[in-house]
Amino acid sequence: MFGFFKKIKNKITEINSDLGIDERNQELFAVSALFDTPDDIIKAAKTLSSSGFKKYDIHTPYPVHGMDDPMKLKPSKLGFFTFFFGSLGTLTAIAMIFYMAGFDYKNIIGGKPFFSLPPSIPVTFELTILLAGAFTVFLVLILFNKLPLNNNPLLDTEYMKRVSSDKFGAIVEADDELFNKDEIIRLFKSLGSSEVNLIYKFKHNELTTERPIFDFKFITLLFLLALITAAVTYFSLNKLIYLPPFNWMSEQFKVKPQTQSTFFEDGYSMRNPIEGSIPRNELPYEYRGLPDSLVKYMSNPLPVSKEVFEKGKTMYDIYCSPCHGYYGKGDSRLNGQFPNPPSLHTDRARLMKDAAIYHIITTGQNIMPAYDKQIPQLNRWAIVHYIRALQRSQNANDGDMNK
Amino acid sequence: MINTKKLSNKIKYTGTACLIIGALLIIFSFLFDAKRAFYNYIIMYTFIVSIAVGALCLIAIEYMSGAAWSVPFRRVNEFLSSAIPFLIILVIPIIPGIHTLYHWSHKDAVDTDPVLQGKSPYLNETFFILRLFICILLWIIFYIFIIRNSRKQDYSKDIALTNKNIKISVLFAPFAVITLTLTSIDLIMSLEAHWYSTIFGIYYLAGTLLSGISAVTLISVLLAQKGYFDERIQRRHFHTFGMLMFALNVFWAYIAFSQYLLIWYADIPEETFWLLKRMNGHWQYFSISIIFIHFIIPFIVLISSAVKTNLNILKFMAIWLLAAHWLDLYWLVMPAFDDHSLAIGWVEAGFPIFTVGIFILLFVYKYSKVNIIPVGDPKLKHGIDMFLYPDLSID
Repeated sequence: MFGFFKKIKNKITEINSDLGIDERNQELFAVSALFDTPDDIIKAAKTLSSSGFKKYDIHTPYPVHGMDDPMKLKPSKLGFFTFFFGSLGTLTAIAMIFYMAGFDYKNIIGGKPFFSLPPSIPVTFELTILLAGAFTVFLVLILFNKLPLNNNPLLDTEYMKRVSSDKFGAIVEADDELFNKDEIIRLFKSLGSSEVNLIYKFKHNELTTERPIFDFKFITLLFLLALITAAVTYFSLNKLIYLPPFNWMSEQFKVKPQTQSTFFEDGYSMRNPIEGSIPRNELPYEYRGLPDSLVKYMSNPLPVSKEVFEKGKTMYDIYCSPCHGYYGKGDSRLNGQFPNPPSLHTDRARLMKDAAIYHIITTGQNIMPAYDKQIPQLNRWAIVHYIRALQRSQNANDGDMNK
Repeated sequence: MINTKKLSNKIKYTGTACLIIGALLIIFSFLFDAKRAFYNYIIMYTFIVSIAVGALCLIAIEYMSGAAWSVPFRRVNEFLSSAIPFLIILVIPIIPGIHTLYHWSHKDAVDTDPVLQGKSPYLNETFFILRLFICILLWIIFYIFIIRNSRKQDYSKDIALTNKNIKISVLFAPFAVITLTLTSIDLIMSLEAHWYSTIFGIYYLAGTLLSGISAVTLISVLLAQKGYFDERIQRRHFHTFGMLMFALNVFWAYIAFSQYLLIWYADIPEETFWLLKRMNGHWQYFSISIIFIHFIIPFIVLISSAVKTNLNILKFMAIWLLAAHWLDLYWLVMPAFDDHSLAIGWVEAGFPIFTVGIFILLFVYKYSKVNIIPVGDPKLKHGIDMFLYPDLSID
């Protein structure tokens, strides 16, 4: 197994040396110096910053407290990035929940408003943290560290090996305006450096673009990786491991209507309401089965208003129009298949009291069935209003013209 | 080896004046409206517990976590927690007020109320008084042990005393949480005995730690500005105070919101009436301003690191957060007294003045007896130097 990895590693080294990636040219990148104690490195940092160098850096194997002041570093701007992305997370979460819960996919949960602030706060909090953390790290790595770029000349040097284990190091880059090779070597020696080296640039630059994140090779690689991951995931989850379909929602231990029950004695799974109970807003009708003459004439409890007429029209069009027709003339789409229902515009119908029409709707008449099970009480009264309006409209007299 | 720099007499006189004026106002308020005064007394007592026990908790946290940065300031904590032995006197006025304050202490009310009957094994007068005193005794015991070892170290400079205190602190930690939970449930939550919230103890604990760190910050900043500390104490030290104040303030908000969210979601009448009381009448404005005063404004002010190292703003925010904790306790307690309007008048004024007086006098007294810097603590040098210069040499 390890032999295999060793072979691969050897192969990579071979390719690298064939391509000449490891080779360095004679262009100077920086002068580096190693120091033995943190006191020395702080002294070196102080000297470098006060001599006016701009492009210099300090490398230590662990964070040395109090390095900011000698290096004259400005306060980090990381906090502003974090704050910006954190605020972005807050706004994203609020906007997302506001749109999803309030408009796109309204769900009633516990009788709460579709969108309300309290349940959104945990999600907002999480998204704030996520964006503040992940986005800041990612974007700062890409923007400032030029993330995919992996050919900093300091890599693969003896200097880097030492400052990441037991020494403290300082470098001055050749790009600096005040750079003078011999003077800097002398300066480092006088500061007590144990070892001063010259670091040269690599011959090849693998990535040449200014922002390596947009490099064609890099993006292609990312795309290929995503494709391979998706394919492997699909293949292993769907072909290698068979998961039974997710069916826990359709198979529940609940009573379904119109099925036999093994739990109740009478074998019905649906229950009747308790004897004597009446539905809300539904008073029992006391004239059921009595002839018209015994019906006490009550008046329509609903006011005459636009809403009531619209309700009445809706109900009439659903329940009455199949037989009586949209205008109450008895000329419906079922005309001829049954004994034709009477027109609602006969003198008898027009002279009927409201309560008599209500009585017929509630209890039925001749072959017309009772509609009290289908149409709630107040909606039946709304139909009565609408029928009155129909009768008036179909039998307008001269007086109505003047109105 | 007692402090060479003396505190000015002005501080002592201010403290004495506060104590006397406060005590007089408290006596007058009891004569004027005993019921209202009892409710205010609960606020004052829980506030003093917050600062005193909160400071002791911070000492314990310092020992347990091995923190070095806070060692130069530990004596401020110790001076503040010296109010703990006085709690045993301060708790006494609550006992005659039990019948005035607590609905569940009336036998005839309990007989007709199945909810109170169910709670009566816990909520009865004997057990209530017993719990109050057991909590205080536990605090006193731990206070004496921890402080005694810390003082001994000034002379012996023995590292074994630090190790001993670490063990005591570990033992104190669970007791601190349990006793503070019991105190808050007994004194504050049982004012409305039908209501319950399982997060209430930690809610009070969050406020306790916050007011503890605020009080320490306030006094440390005042002392540092007047030059009572080592000149090597830097603004970086106070940055840590600012961070802790910010963190504990966010923690308080987190707990407060968790309590609100659960009650809001479940919408059970047994729980919602407590919040509804605070969301109607004049209380609704108070509730909304608590959100701003206790969370949003301190959050915005303290978020920047430049502010955390600015001693004047830090001092102001410490006073602000102490006041916010008082208002928070007022918000918890007072709706039980009057569920429609806020009771704010001269009756309320005496209690905070008295509290300030107590802590000033205790501080002045302790300062004259004990070193303000724990000179014998082995972590002291590291604590003072830690932000100044890297020190790798192991002494």
